[in-house]
Amino acid sequence: MNAWSNIKTITKRELAAYFSSPLAYVFIVIFLLLCGFFTFMVGGFFERGEASLVRPFFDWHPWFYLFLVPAVGMRLWAEERRVGTLELLLTMPITAWQAIVGKFLASWLFLALALALTFPVWITVNVLGSPDNGVIFCGYVGSWLMAGAYLAISCITSAMTRTQVVSFIISVVVCLFFILAGFPPVINLLENWAKPGLVDLIASFSVITHFEAFQKGVLDSRDVIFFLSLIGFSLFTTSVILRTHRAG
Amino acid sequence: MIKVNNLAKAFGTKRAVDGVSFSVERGEVLGFLGPNGAGKSTTMRMITGFIPPTEGTVTVGGFDIVENPIQAKRLIGYLPENAPAYTDMTVYGFLNFTAEIRGLRGDARKKAVNRAVEMCFLESVLHQSVETLSKGYRHRTCFAQSIIHDPDVLVLDEPTDGLDPNQKHEVRGLIRRMGEKKAIIFSTHILEEVDAACSRAIIIDRGKIVANGTPSQLRQKSEWAGAVTLRVSGINAVALNQKLTQLSTVKRTSILKEDATSVTARVFPRVEVNGSLASSIADAAKGWRIEELHTEEGRLDEVFRSITMPDTPEAAK
Repeated sequence: MNAWSNIKTITKRELAAYFSSPLAYVFIVIFLLLCGFFTFMVGGFFERGEASLVRPFFDWHPWFYLFLVPAVGMRLWAEERRVGTLELLLTMPITAWQAIVGKFLASWLFLALALALTFPVWITVNVLGSPDNGVIFCGYVGSWLMAGAYLAISCITSAMTRTQVVSFIISVVVCLFFILAGFPPVINLLENWAKPGLVDLIASFSVITHFEAFQKGVLDSRDVIFFLSLIGFSLFTTSVILRTHRAG
Repeated sequence: MIKVNNLAKAFGTKRAVDGVSFSVERGEVLGFLGPNGAGKSTTMRMITGFIPPTEGTVTVGGFDIVENPIQAKRLIGYLPENAPAYTDMTVYGFLNFTAEIRGLRGDARKKAVNRAVEMCFLESVLHQSVETLSKGYRHRTCFAQSIIHDPDVLVLDEPTDGLDPNQKHEVRGLIRRMGEKKAIIFSTHILEEVDAACSRAIIIDRGKIVANGTPSQLRQKSEWAGAVTLRVSGINAVALNQKLTQLSTVKRTSILKEDATSVTARVFPRVEVNGSLASSIADAAKGWRIEELHTEEGRLDEVFRSITMPDTPEAAK
């Protein structure tokens, strides 16, 4: 009970921190512009003539997040270390876990807000046709989980450094790996010289492979567990890094 | 309230803190002195639970900081070095946040914030963002944060750093007043603060405690303690020196200044007998006139220098 109220306090502060600078609004606007542009112009939403968001909308999300999520997560710990507030935070009567979860939740909720603001796309498709809203909902859930996985990775890289830019670059590289591992052109390339079992193993680490099922409207517990365990593992790594720094 | 037992911290092969033990009780203000890099901040970070000790233990109010960190941290108010604060928040927002994370809710929180704002004179900047504050105000904001839950234990790392003389005076007064009911540790390298606010002082050098006592006990360690400074006229320096060294109470003399009308000299006693040195000099004054004569109390800065700089001639003796 007490733990939750501590987490809530931290989450509240972090969320407020996002909106105290114009960065949050810039981020949301860029995200929405990208979504709109790629869905309607590049994705060929109208030309397809089908009432679905799978290909034109959700297909782009792994790539948007590649740059946008590390930008959201980069300040989480790097800034605390640079300014020195980390010392303040970790000498408060809270555990490091509560701080880590609180901060993560704040950023994740922020991403949820950005995602929710794409609702005009959903309205458009409902006005023009009669899509399967269950599938769309499932896609949103998957997209949010995937954003959470990226974000947790950004938490690690942010805890590793006191420079936000370094954190950003490293997390983009790591997240890129998690995309490419399941990106069809890469998979095809790998199949030429690796055993199929190995290729499947590599592909199973990719966010794309797991996001695919959500896009089709399949809420498979294995995919949910994949994202949640990636988040859990990353947050655990973050706590280890923070502890090592303090131990000197 | 605070018990530090054989505390040590190694960074790689360097031992930043090496076997430090002391305790602070309620009603005590402990000054923590030492040159830069002596291990003051590292010790304080271990006491507050920010970094884990390599060896040794810290207990605060009976709670071990490693075993029961949450209970121990509840009792502590901490002002880290450089007074960090969330720059994106207003002073009011920041204090509210720290009060909330200390478990204060509703009316209790409002009261705590108002009390801290009043004590640290922050009314005028309450709704300003921390980013725009001057260094002094930012320092006081972080100080307010440390006292917001009226803690039993206060750990202040250079609380007067970056303040103007008036603010320094205020903060020292505040520390002294709060020290009546709390256990306070504060670090500084301004020696006059020890006199102004501390009931006890520790000097730490290269990770080890090299002196521990009340300010006046520390002053006794000075070789100036009990020395007599005098200014006389009607005699030249050489003759004065000769006359004084003949006295049984005098160990040695040094001439500080000589001009046309007077000679100023410092006389060091042979044994620790304060009053009799002055009177024996006064008795010896024949044919020359004493214009000024006083017994030195010993000076903290001189003690500090001789203890923490082993290469100086004072320490070599």
